[in-house]
Amino acid sequence: MGNKKKEEEFEPKIVVFACNWCSYAGADTAGVSKIQYPPNVRLIRVMCSGRVNPAFVIKAFERGADGVMVSGCHFGDCHYMFGNYQAKERFEILKRLIHILGLEKERLRLEWVSAAEGGRFAQVIREFVEDVKKVGRSPLAPITI
Amino acid sequence: MVVKEEVLKKTQAYYCLDCGKCTSVCPISRFNGGFSPRRILVGSLTGRYEETLKDEKLYTCLTCGLCGTRCPSDVKFGEFIKNARFEGQKLGNLIPCAHGGAIQSLMRIMTSPSLEQRRLGWVPRAAKVAEKGEVAYFVGCLPYFDAFFTDIEVDSLKIAKAAVKILNRAEVEPVLLKNERCCGHDLLWAGDLDNFKKLAEHNINAIKESGANTVITTCAECYRTFKIDYPIYIGPLPFKVLHITEFLIDSVSQGKLNFKKTRKKVTFQDPCRLGRHLGMYEQPRMVLSSVPELSMVEMERNQQSAICCGTSGWMNCDAISKRIQSHRLKSAQQTGADLLVTGCPKCYIHFKCAMKDPKMGKELEIEIKDLTSIIADALGR
Repeated sequence: MGNKKKEEEFEPKIVVFACNWCSYAGADTAGVSKIQYPPNVRLIRVMCSGRVNPAFVIKAFERGADGVMVSGCHFGDCHYMFGNYQAKERFEILKRLIHILGLEKERLRLEWVSAAEGGRFAQVIREFVEDVKKVGRSPLAPITI
Repeated sequence: MVVKEEVLKKTQAYYCLDCGKCTSVCPISRFNGGFSPRRILVGSLTGRYEETLKDEKLYTCLTCGLCGTRCPSDVKFGEFIKNARFEGQKLGNLIPCAHGGAIQSLMRIMTSPSLEQRRLGWVPRAAKVAEKGEVAYFVGCLPYFDAFFTDIEVDSLKIAKAAVKILNRAEVEPVLLKNERCCGHDLLWAGDLDNFKKLAEHNINAIKESGANTVITTCAECYRTFKIDYPIYIGPLPFKVLHITEFLIDSVSQGKLNFKKTRKKVTFQDPCRLGRHLGMYEQPRMVLSSVPELSMVEMERNQQSAICCGTSGWMNCDAISKRIQSHRLKSAQQTGADLLVTGCPKCYIHFKCAMKDPKMGKELEIEIKDLTSIIADALGR
């Protein structure tokens, strides 16, 4: 094949947990407004960022994700009042676990994106993909060429 | 079906008399009428083995071994469950996991050979530790538990710090392995034999590289896994494994350690892995009684008939577990002791969690400490 990928062109696999009410809608806004962002992300819709159990994120890393992002509404905007506060609390636990496991902190990110912030969603994804590209392939990722 | 025959033979299941003593003593059956070790075993013997493998109840058993103490034919029910779970894993069973399976995921992540963990951030600056030496201290999952259970205020690293303090005081500079893995206990009991073996090999190699000839653990589960399961599934170990209580007994008798007066009335929760699995009932009690003015009272059910802390291997945490825990905590309170001492970090975590219950937490409150931490606190000058 002529267009075979070179090894240095590392394309990270990224999982994004996006809340139904803000961030997922934000991604939709990005799409509707035709704002481009890298196709490395796999978007998973959850009803609230507070629903994201640390287990989901750890499982994503276990299965070889190079980066994981949890994304929800801004504080005060949560559809369920306090879901994003809970997400923040759980995220602190995750940060510590990821640190002990020896994974780089750049692989994990928490962002608040509202439904109107399509541009910001794209921007956040671009930054995150850049960051993960810099730290390289996850040591847990299965080696596939 | 050769495997089936082998399992039933190895665990002496054929000797079952169908007397039902296992069910009458089982801590789960006591609160959950739907679970019966007798029914599981007799069912498997009479042609429903395949159904047993697929049954969710296979994962309800705590493998605490209480049934084994009463069984007149000495059927090894815990072993039977373990072997059945190996086969369940092959059939692709979805194992019920507490905490969304996060802890099992962490363990499976640890099987990766390229992992460079940062697990020694807790080591106090004053502590004397080495990278190579004769004695290694196996910390196990404590750093992970400490991070994971912050919300129930479980400071599980206190146990590790206490162990290092004790070892230093006894003039031992322990090796702390910077890339040790989980001992694999929970994956083994969940039936995940492949990943267990990977973890075990990592650990054995890491210990070999450190040059240690003695490994000390503070966890009852790590101890059982090193002592019984590594030799079975991996092969004989090139080093000696000690539980911290054994080390303490030696050091105290050689006069290397002395304790200050600690006026406390304590009761001891026998961990199933240390007690019924390995028969270490006396050692923890000897260690506790060597602290001056520390008095010891026993719970109504102690030693051989002690009741488990309600969950095992992060598999089965539900209302039944909570009832077992509250029952156990109440019987600890009834002894009049001011302190409940546990010998396993998991008993410690589970009881601590039960005490956080918003409805009945207040009724269950009792001060709780791990054996290692109470001994470290009692160390004299």
